[in-house]
Amino acid sequence: MKIKTEAGERHVLAITVDNEAGVLAKITGLFTARGYNIESLTVADISSDHALSRITIVTNGPPPVIDQIIAQLDRLVPVHRVIDLADGGAHVEREIALVKVAGTGDKRIEALRMADVFRAKVVDTTLTSFIFEITGNSDKVDRFIALMRECGLVEVGRTGVVAIGRGSEAL
Amino acid sequence: MTEMSGADMVVQALVDLGVDTVFGYPGGAVLPIYDALFNHPTIQHVLVRHEQAATHAAEGYARSTGKPGVVLVTSGPGATNAVTGITDALLDSIPMVVLTGQVSTALIGTDAFQECDTVGITRHCTKHNYLVMDPDRLGPILHEAFHIATHGRPGPVVIDIPKNVQVATGEYVVPEKIQHKSYRPQVEPDADAISQAIDMIAAAERPIFYTGGGVINAGPDASAALRQLVSLTGAPITSTLMGLGAFPADDPKWLGMLGMHGTYESNMAMNRADLIIAVGARFDDRVTGRLDAFAPEAKKIHIDIDRSSINKIVPVDLAIVGDAGRALDALIAAWADKGHRARDLGEWWRRVDGWRATRCLDFPEKKDAGADIMPQRAVKALFDATRGRDPIITTEVGQHQMWAAQHFGFSAPNRWLTSGGLGTMGYGFPAAVGAQIAHPNRLVICIAGEASLQMNIQEMGTVSQYRLPVKIFILNNEWMGMVRQWQELTYESRYSNSYSDSLPDFVKLAAAYGWTGLRIDTLGELEDGIKTMIETPGPVIVDCRVAKLANCFPMIPSGAAHTDMILQPSDVTGTMDDEAKALV
Repeated sequence: MKIKTEAGERHVLAITVDNEAGVLAKITGLFTARGYNIESLTVADISSDHALSRITIVTNGPPPVIDQIIAQLDRLVPVHRVIDLADGGAHVEREIALVKVAGTGDKRIEALRMADVFRAKVVDTTLTSFIFEITGNSDKVDRFIALMRECGLVEVGRTGVVAIGRGSEAL
Repeated sequence: MTEMSGADMVVQALVDLGVDTVFGYPGGAVLPIYDALFNHPTIQHVLVRHEQAATHAAEGYARSTGKPGVVLVTSGPGATNAVTGITDALLDSIPMVVLTGQVSTALIGTDAFQECDTVGITRHCTKHNYLVMDPDRLGPILHEAFHIATHGRPGPVVIDIPKNVQVATGEYVVPEKIQHKSYRPQVEPDADAISQAIDMIAAAERPIFYTGGGVINAGPDASAALRQLVSLTGAPITSTLMGLGAFPADDPKWLGMLGMHGTYESNMAMNRADLIIAVGARFDDRVTGRLDAFAPEAKKIHIDIDRSSINKIVPVDLAIVGDAGRALDALIAAWADKGHRARDLGEWWRRVDGWRATRCLDFPEKKDAGADIMPQRAVKALFDATRGRDPIITTEVGQHQMWAAQHFGFSAPNRWLTSGGLGTMGYGFPAAVGAQIAHPNRLVICIAGEASLQMNIQEMGTVSQYRLPVKIFILNNEWMGMVRQWQELTYESRYSNSYSDSLPDFVKLAAAYGWTGLRIDTLGELEDGIKTMIETPGPVIVDCRVAKLANCFPMIPSGAAHTDMILQPSDVTGTMDDEAKALV
């Protein structure tokens, strides 16, 4: 007997939670305990009194599973609100990557030229390396990193996705 | 407000919250709270013999009274021993507050003596949990914890209290009104959904009510409303294991329990219905059988207080999020407002009666006085002997539990205490202790298997200490019967480790604890034995020897549809394939 898995679709969830110890563990634990995917997760305190945090989770699953993830998150005591950004119409997603490329000669020049095309900023340089800062949606960051692999990429750090709905409405 | 120690605040909060009973076991990290409880005038502390039993006793107390159960245990092993009962309460939606001692705040994280990460361990088996680092927070947290445990879908809440927080002093603050920042369960059902639902119910040709533990949790009024709605519509009704008692078993509209060991008529009616009204039930895998064959012709209305229960397993046509009792009241009101009349369900009832005619709960037995007792007969005899005494019945987990569910008729809620979701062997006896503490003058009987009982048999000492008249009725077949049954059906009778070897002499064990013990060996002794058990004051253990190899039927084999029930042993054929084995 083989174990079957179902194909899914990508969703970005924005979750506001009490900024308290253990809340992040509760949420990530829910994902592992119920077998849901986390593609990326970001979290930071967002309120002036430091009482609330916003967690952005990129997940993947068939529509009934996404619906179940939202319902399961929503019933956790410290969770205030869960929004599926795909449901709310258009939204903006961004992530930042820091990309370190080492090398000399043509590859170094090529790396700099491509960074310019991608509007990546040089944030540090030595005679044999650059660190680029690139901001964009995940696809753009993926493509930039793939190109840098050909130009001496040695290290990458990524923030994961933050996202917010377009227009004047707030979460 | 006066300055007091954390331990005194805990006890004061319990008093303010109306707590009269705490089940627990002392240890180093809760000594300050135990000292504050010493000779307490209104709170009775019940000393169990193992922390797991404290949690199940609290569940028994909660399930039989509708009030939250309260547990007090120490850090480390005290907390880890409580985890099974906490998880059991989560799966069966039992309101419970567990207070755990913790090492002092300065020692947390140092692998101190009897330290464990209690909030970490219980994070996913509680509805919510707290680690209290400041005595000033104790008042608000205790009040909030009881609110969360008892509102919305009930569940267990753990409060972990470091020892220095119990000793330190602070201000005891009682919140005026609990208005949690984020936890606001929806209790009132949506009026439009109620209106749609009642039209669907009125129009259905083949409706069936499928109810669960949510109706019990919604209180006795919800059970009364259920009876009224069923009577208005004239529809048949079935229920889950957890829902037994919400609807009287002697009513002609009652079809019996549904699911894996449910009745043929319930399962067939679910399969052929054109409308299922699910109330406080969650389409558990033991209920649905094979999902792609579940109720193929039915539209489904799902009433549940937990939004995450809706569409979790079975997609439904109409969801009503809210308290089961409020929703049932609203449906009854809408039925009258719209002037609906019960339609003629005669054709539907003729089909139901046809399924009933299979008499699926009948079992083969010899009737002579020297014959082996069939376990089903033992349950029926117990039911007959206790009619009119309004007993509270608890069970352990296994065949005896299913036989009790099938053959013991309940006519009121809060009389049937069993571990449904987690299926915890060792639940029934301590649950009976909790129920008996709450109802000192009621007849409380634990229907047990000889294997399950041994998982918390140490509680015989608790019963003796508090002079509780608990009765344990063991259906002793010398096997972990349900395991043996599955091995017979699924693994060609390779009975791997399912024989109950080296059993104690239960009668002598009873004597050792100062109980009455008696043994029933043959059918001829059954009635008198049960009568003696009921009439003997104080605790009694009955070792009722039953037919060793009886199987629990009817049964939907794993991975099969409602229509593929095994009604009797002769229906059993061959072995299961891996797909079926893996479904459990």
